[in-house]
Amino acid sequence: MPWLVVLVLVVAVVPVTAQVPYERILDAASEPEHWLTYSGTYGAQRYSTLDQISRDNVERLQPAWVYQARSTQKFEVSPLVVDGVMYITEAPSDATALDLRTGRPIWSYRRSLPQGIVTCCGQVNRGVALLDDQVFLGTVDAHLVALDARTGRVRWDVEVADYTQGYAVTVAPLALRDKIIVGIAGGEYGIRGFLDAYDPTTGERLWRFWTVPGPGEPGHDTWSGDSWERGGAPTWVTGAYDPELDLLYWGTGNPGPDFIGEVRRGDNLYSESLIALDPDTGELVWYFQFLPHDIHDYDSTQVPVLLDAELGGTPRKLVLFPNRNGFYYVLDRVTGEFLVGTPFARQTWALGLDDTGRPIENAETIPSVDGALVYPDDDGAANWYSPTYSPQTNLIYQNVREKGGIYYLADATYEPGKIYMGASRRVVAGEDPRGFLRALNPLTGDLVWELPVHSPPWAGLMSTAGGLVFSGTMEGDFFAADARTGDVLWRFQTGGAVYANPITYLSEGRQFIAIAAGSALFTFALPE
Amino acid sequence: MLGPSAVVVLAVFVVLAAPPVVVAQPADIEQGQRLYESLCGSCHGPQGNGGRGANLAQPRLRRASDDQALFNIIRRGIRGTEMPGSPLTPIQVSSIAAYVKTLGRVAPEDIPGDGRRGAAVYAGLDCARCHTVRGRGGIVGPDLDDIGARRSAAHLREALLDPEVSVPTGFLLLRVVTRDGRVLSGVRVNEDGFSIQFRDLTGRLHSFWKTELDTLEQQWQRSPMGSYAGRLTTEQTDDLVAYLVSLKGAR
Repeated sequence: MPWLVVLVLVVAVVPVTAQVPYERILDAASEPEHWLTYSGTYGAQRYSTLDQISRDNVERLQPAWVYQARSTQKFEVSPLVVDGVMYITEAPSDATALDLRTGRPIWSYRRSLPQGIVTCCGQVNRGVALLDDQVFLGTVDAHLVALDARTGRVRWDVEVADYTQGYAVTVAPLALRDKIIVGIAGGEYGIRGFLDAYDPTTGERLWRFWTVPGPGEPGHDTWSGDSWERGGAPTWVTGAYDPELDLLYWGTGNPGPDFIGEVRRGDNLYSESLIALDPDTGELVWYFQFLPHDIHDYDSTQVPVLLDAELGGTPRKLVLFPNRNGFYYVLDRVTGEFLVGTPFARQTWALGLDDTGRPIENAETIPSVDGALVYPDDDGAANWYSPTYSPQTNLIYQNVREKGGIYYLADATYEPGKIYMGASRRVVAGEDPRGFLRALNPLTGDLVWELPVHSPPWAGLMSTAGGLVFSGTMEGDFFAADARTGDVLWRFQTGGAVYANPITYLSEGRQFIAIAAGSALFTFALPE
Repeated sequence: MLGPSAVVVLAVFVVLAAPPVVVAQPADIEQGQRLYESLCGSCHGPQGNGGRGANLAQPRLRRASDDQALFNIIRRGIRGTEMPGSPLTPIQVSSIAAYVKTLGRVAPEDIPGDGRRGAAVYAGLDCARCHTVRGRGGIVGPDLDDIGARRSAAHLREALLDPEVSVPTGFLLLRVVTRDGRVLSGVRVNEDGFSIQFRDLTGRLHSFWKTELDTLEQQWQRSPMGSYAGRLTTEQTDDLVAYLVSLKGAR
């Protein structure tokens, strides 16, 4: 057929425009065949109602296709899937669209980076956000880039902060109705943290919430002297959103310098907190500070999990928060009221929590010149990797790290773009660090079951209506456990450590599971 | 003792003080040409006429207004774009820069048309059905957002009047018949031994296993864009070319 005829036919067809309007993300639970936002839904339970792959047949799960990334940096991506395409990021700051059917690339955006980028823990990226017909990518040179979702062409590219000062963007942005929310990394470099909102169309910054209050602002007096200028409190893990309350929830990281409290006396608001913001204005509605005046680098940058449940006979809107510091927290997400706080991992830094949730610190664990042993170490009992809540089992699942560290106080002199931490870490001689997948009662934090997974893991979790929890290990195993019991029902050796969150989706009606491991992205499905 | 910060300061000084000199010795230019052809030509064109990268065969380079800027771009790349930095020595970079300068020894192009009227011609022809400018438009044809930085007026005029003489590198029109009898036409996105991905002329993405196809016809050097020779007056063509030349991208 001559192409002219085709052209004539084409004119009658409405061109494809907005792919992922806000309404689709809002209602993401109604289309489990796609994965539209970082944690699956705004409520961030990382639970899928897909059940083709189940306890009964998961043992037959097999690889479908594998995509090899160029970078050998940690591959921390949480992919998004919509309308036949998977959108991933590759370290350091690249984005790629893959054909869902074959795993073949449709486009790649490869970003040339300047020299001299500093990131404490690898030049990594955890994924993109989608809104309408654009893909949003944060970069380690601290820019936010909007790409045409069809082609990967740059629509706009704006500076979030000055990378030479230690700022970087590694977080997957969060798309709301008419805003792209972006957090910042750099808590080891004496940055002053913030959370930003950008106009998806123009890239204009709509608001900035400083997580370290400036002079005259409430909370500023929780920093001695001028320490607030280097106060840290980064925002490098994607938060959650409650559309009914219209509140944005985001965790904040350590105050700077990480291990020296003397130079920043006070509670150091809003470091180590969960903040609830009005997404229209960026104004603070409430905050809960898990750890005032942290000196252990226990960033409270975990994914907040939203749950509506009855607690003490009253229906409540809750937020669940298994914290890097080893305590499991339940807060009222309307008010920020502290409801539950209980250890879910070995910890020695606190003797307990008081009635308001404020920790009673164990002075013996404060970093010192002679060295102080503390559990967990500064990698935490949990970290950025995602927990999951399954409504089917009514359990929350968390990968847990049990590993101590001995902290020797050191000097820290602030210089822009230089490490500003104030201690060196030594391992505990003769210790064999341990890792677990733990299932907790979401309302109490009590342990229901646990699965030892050898080394302390860096993998996120996903639960499904097939009665399964998916996870990975540092030794390269990707596996499915029975969500009720923790029995391992299927596993696959990927050949590379898992530093990523799993997702699931349908392609041509079949359920797939995807996970990044080593330098590759794997997909799995049942035999046809 | 030299502290770590002093070392960094020194390193920064060394980078900044690297010789930016563009030495126009004939030997340098020959070496520069060899390096250019192996490293730069695939994007900037063998004669510097542009393509995926900027058109370098013009007297004034937009991003490299002087020798120092040209040296820095070849050395460090352009942040946020596909233009990479290079691990070359300063002398090699200087020799490439010297060669690139010879590419620009051409007279400025005569562009007789009116770009504003050309924008109206562009709209009237519905070019946006297949081409994108500033994020708006179709994606079957090449993105034109910065076409004026990447291509000369002469090239653009030729592309309008005789599109199939200058089909972009890698652009492949396909005609596909599926085993269940559907006939599709589109532009290839990717292909391997067992599968092919393409966009039909509405921009919709298709992915097929080759076993699902009866016919897979590759139409190299074919363009779905018809010639505008005879469809536009000389003045309209001039105006449209002037409009396209004015498209330099957002940044």
